[in-house]
Amino acid sequence: MAKPRVKVPKSAKAGEVITIKTLISHKMESGVRKDKQGNIIPRKIINKFTCEFNGAPVFSCDIDPAISANPFFEFNAKVNESGTFMFKWVDDDGSEYTAEKKIEVS
Amino acid sequence: MKLTRRQTLGLAGGAAALAVSGLQFTAAHAASDASTKRMMDFTGGKEPAKGKITLTAPEIAENGNTVPITVDVESAMSGDDLVESVMILADGNPNPAVATFNFTELSGKASATTRMRLAKTQDVIAIAKMKDGSVFSDIKQVKVTIGGCGG
Repeated sequence: MAKPRVKVPKSAKAGEVITIKTLISHKMESGVRKDKQGNIIPRKIINKFTCEFNGAPVFSCDIDPAISANPFFEFNAKVNESGTFMFKWVDDDGSEYTAEKKIEVS
Repeated sequence: MKLTRRQTLGLAGGAAALAVSGLQFTAAHAASDASTKRMMDFTGGKEPAKGKITLTAPEIAENGNTVPITVDVESAMSGDDLVESVMILADGNPNPAVATFNFTELSGKASATTRMRLAKTQDVIAIAKMKDGSVFSDIKQVKVTIGGCGG
């Protein structure tokens, strides 16, 4: 069960560039490992991460199997107004995981 | 090691040939074919220039399964001075693709950190593509003691 965790400051000044940290628990099966019988364990990873603020894209990452298990991303966002960050992770199998964080901007 | 004139000329010729054949980031070697192809697809055939982008990676990775890397591109991130994307490649992995970060004006800063898998000691390459079409790259060698492909 992929579980996301996100760290966003609760408040900021208008125009400030804040730092956001995100983590989701996921095995990120790369598709190059073999099982005991020598068969390739099929690939199953989170292949896309997106961050939006009040509906507008902020940052995204196209992810390949070389990203470590429990994918971690740290990036920045410029906030001009209060609102909500929406984070989304997309699995190879089509599942989507989301998280939301509000921020007060004065 | 004392070089004869003949050897020096030979070395110079060899280095020149390397520079033309593969993308030459260091004097020692060119990037692999797989990496070069991905890079050229990303840049639209342009060879990246040095500067603007800094790739930070440890000199020695304690664990190849999780190697922290950061990319930072100098940019006002507004108007025409904008970083569109940064592609990360692991030149010595079975598949060089690692990730592509996509930025917008709302990013504020063209900077991102993540953790990656490295199968063995190799070069990690970061390529930045700017809104105006210019491309820049940085490269760091990471020594890996315990490989990170789980094999």
